[in-house]
Amino acid sequence: MLFNNHLVNIKMKYVRNTIIIILLSLFALATIFPIYFMLISSFGDPVEAGAMSYSLIPTKISLDSYKFFFDYSIYSFRWLTNSLIVATSIMISNVFFASLAGYAFSKIQFKGKTFLFGLLLCAMMIPYQVTQVPLYILIVNVFNMQNTYSALILPGLVTVYNIFLAKQFMTTIPKEIIESAKIEGCNQFQIYIRMILPLSKTVMAVMAILTFMDSWNTFFWPFLVTNTMDMQTIQVGLKNFRFANTTYFAPMMAGATISALPMFILFFSLQRYFLEGVTVGAVKG
Amino acid sequence: MIQSVRPMKKRKIKGDGAWGYAFIAVALVVFAVFTAYPVASAFIISFQEYKPLGSTFIGFDNYTNTFSDALFWKSVVNTIVYTVLTVPVALFLSFAVAILILPLKKWLQTTFKAVYYLPAVASGVALSVVWLWIFDPMSSGIFNKLIGFFGISNQNWLGSSATAMFSLVFMSWLSSHGTSIIIYLAALLGIDGSYYEAAELDGASFLQKMWYIVIPCLKPTTLFLLVTGVIGSFQVFQNAYLMTGGGPDNATTMVGLLIFNNAFKYFEFGKAAAQSLILAVIIAGIAMVQFKFLGNDVEY
Repeated sequence: MLFNNHLVNIKMKYVRNTIIIILLSLFALATIFPIYFMLISSFGDPVEAGAMSYSLIPTKISLDSYKFFFDYSIYSFRWLTNSLIVATSIMISNVFFASLAGYAFSKIQFKGKTFLFGLLLCAMMIPYQVTQVPLYILIVNVFNMQNTYSALILPGLVTVYNIFLAKQFMTTIPKEIIESAKIEGCNQFQIYIRMILPLSKTVMAVMAILTFMDSWNTFFWPFLVTNTMDMQTIQVGLKNFRFANTTYFAPMMAGATISALPMFILFFSLQRYFLEGVTVGAVKG
Repeated sequence: MIQSVRPMKKRKIKGDGAWGYAFIAVALVVFAVFTAYPVASAFIISFQEYKPLGSTFIGFDNYTNTFSDALFWKSVVNTIVYTVLTVPVALFLSFAVAILILPLKKWLQTTFKAVYYLPAVASGVALSVVWLWIFDPMSSGIFNKLIGFFGISNQNWLGSSATAMFSLVFMSWLSSHGTSIIIYLAALLGIDGSYYEAAELDGASFLQKMWYIVIPCLKPTTLFLLVTGVIGSFQVFQNAYLMTGGGPDNATTMVGLLIFNNAFKYFEFGKAAAQSLILAVIIAGIAMVQFKFLGNDVEY
């Protein structure tokens, strides 16, 4: 091991690990401080900031700032449902279409497979600034879809990254399983549904969670293609709220908490998949 | 058994081609419409002066104007400064933290990983809102209080060109290392224990093991994180857009933000397209240089 684990003195090891834990905890405190600050401040009163000073210890717990945030616009609940609709649709379509394509690219022989997959991989290297302007023109000027769910969902239906993720994983599924299913008389779609999907549960869960999170947290695309409050997502709504109420500190923190809380809940309940997901794509990146 | 299956298998594989195309059909259509077409379109737009009703071709003007534009070069310099200040520091921090996490018990490892990853879960807009208040220029602002302990007077963190860039960099230091820590830790756990045992037999110290085993073994990981980090950092503009708007005096205008402003603030789509393609070339160039200098002696 990198660390000498058979130290002569058990006490020494104890001291070493304690020092390490203290160091790591200090860094951890610095890392989560902004989130802690956001949470405790959101329970403050919705008064203008000039008069107040920030406190790092919660002095009182009031939900008035949350009420203030929701009262700002009649659409504030709708921002949350919009985000939910968009993120859920994108998640479902990505899991389905990316795993389908990933299966085809990893296990089915067809002409032009290597070329097509190579093309997709090349596209991953293109910065999104390149596609952003033409995509905006396409959606808004050509398809006339601004301010619709289609505009928010369609460009994200299936991402190359997810196809890549699915393909990487499915390559490891043994050929024999597919062969024997074929002998049983299954067609490829049946094989996909009955064999591949159950075997790929973990990677699909990772894909679903990361896609949902990305989509929930996306700001710029929804910001570009929506122009009325009723179609905006929570991130765009939060940005509007911030620019309209620059001095209301606690309500702003309440808004930030509202936009982030669903992801925190998801993270703490499905932590394993989040942490696994980070390495799935990177190990052989 | 195998002999008797073979003719059937061959026939099946031939028939599978159609399934293959069917399975990738949706992915390809999405790719063609929302990626391939826009890229091709970006090339065309970059040679045009864009107008909603009929654009006019203006040759290389968008490119030549960009190269003679002082603001463009300033944004390039800003991007490089931001990248140099954030990426190597993030790599070093993540590496150090991953090394420190390594000897701990499994549940402690998981707890620390989760805590460090937490900011990555929160939305960029939410974080920017919070950091905006941390950098509050009033004396009651958190950051000003903190430096007050060291006897430094109040700073207008985001509002003055001397500190605005530093503020964005500092924010990045504290909110973007979770992923790298987890990847580094996974790579560390993947190093074969027999290397260490052999080194211990030779009486190697901790630092020697670090230098001769850990750093070479983690080189592919470092390269991966470096390349993705630099590429990501060159496209970054959300924090600058939300927190400083590129100001003051364009001190935090990065290439990504400049392109965004040209496109969606001034509606000069041609100029924006040309600049985005220049950015793509710069990014491709940097990635290639990094692979050339660091990648050729990488051992897997």
